[in-house]
Amino acid sequence: MYDFQVKTPASVDDVKAAVDDAEDGQFLAGGQTLIPVLKQRLAMPSDLISLGRVEDLSGIQAAGDNIAIKAMTRHADVAANGDIKSAIPALAKLAGGIGDPHVRNRGTIGGSVANNDPAADYPAAVLGLGATVVTTEREIDADNFFTGMFETSLKEGELITEIRFPIPEVAGYIKFPNPATRYALVGVMVAKTGNTVRVAVTGAGSSVFRVAEMEQALTGNFSPDSIKDGLVPADDLNNDIHASREYRAHLIGVLARRAVAEASS
Amino acid sequence: MPAITVRVNGLEVSKEVDARTLLSTFIREELQLTGTHVGCDTSQCGACVVTMNGKTVKSCATFAWEADGADIGTIEGLAEGDDLHPMQAAFREHHGLQCGFCTPGMVMTAVQMVKDNPNIDEEGIKAGLEGNICRCTGYQNIIEAVKTGAKAMRG
Repeated sequence: MYDFQVKTPASVDDVKAAVDDAEDGQFLAGGQTLIPVLKQRLAMPSDLISLGRVEDLSGIQAAGDNIAIKAMTRHADVAANGDIKSAIPALAKLAGGIGDPHVRNRGTIGGSVANNDPAADYPAAVLGLGATVVTTEREIDADNFFTGMFETSLKEGELITEIRFPIPEVAGYIKFPNPATRYALVGVMVAKTGNTVRVAVTGAGSSVFRVAEMEQALTGNFSPDSIKDGLVPADDLNNDIHASREYRAHLIGVLARRAVAEASS
Repeated sequence: MPAITVRVNGLEVSKEVDARTLLSTFIREELQLTGTHVGCDTSQCGACVVTMNGKTVKSCATFAWEADGADIGTIEGLAEGDDLHPMQAAFREHHGLQCGFCTPGMVMTAVQMVKDNPNIDEEGIKAGLEGNICRCTGYQNIIEAVKTGAKAMRG
């Protein structure tokens, strides 16, 4: 990999100073994507600003109708957290299905969400559950956060500090994992709160997206039978050696029905 | 260059490392503990798994300086002199390896999963080994070895 300077700030203020000092700084969270990227020389930051020693950037807090997960919280800790398991079991399950046990011991929610890999699991949770992304500068609704493949509305130097998830009535997440990488070939998060139903799909397109037709159908009747095949056209979906776009389109319907069934169980 | 202090298999070491030094490189080349293997170097195979503060991590996907202050466990820390760790003995008993390249990562992962969950069942073992790839055995003997190792560790 190309050489870089290491910065290990101890506070969010120090992080901001490190960003200002760096010519082309890059945050390092759990490193489970970034380190392989650096090894392949696909990135050349002047500085790695490590978030591993920033105080108060890790932990899970349940408060009222929300659960706030701080940015450096590891996937394994989300998967094992009692509050999340009882309030949003679909979120604990999603976190427990990312990568493998070793990846889950290092990877973080903030890193995953900021990276917005088109096949990552967490974007489906953030969009499907209608979470709020809290940064050093503002609060961003999930609907305004994911803007394209590996693209988000985060500005240069803006740091995610926590993700706030409203607790739904019911939710379900089902993914069809790529057998080698465990990334989602397709993953569907379905959540229902009152008369609002959200359906978010990851892995199938260039970035996570909602399916309005399914949401409307499920609002009328929250049942797997409400989801007909062909609600998502294959035209713009991902097409690669792992699955054709038609196969992914079909999977979206199948997995959405299973997610509704799981949410209802 | 970052200066780091880590405790490896109970012994404290302090060194300066290049920013780009991976934990796997540090363990193998600086400390000469070559039991930790680097298989794919793309964070998929799990041959490089070590424990960091009681959690299994891929040492090829962790910088050495990220381990500053941490307690690291490698395969060399398991046996007591000539006496193999019960998990190592179980891998030998069940022939849970063929070429042996993945074995250090397998054993480190197995020991930690049993420490975390002493009564782990077969499904738990399979899920726990998802991040460790073996291209020889077909896994059956590895799973048998972990079951036996777990029983021995429970005592």
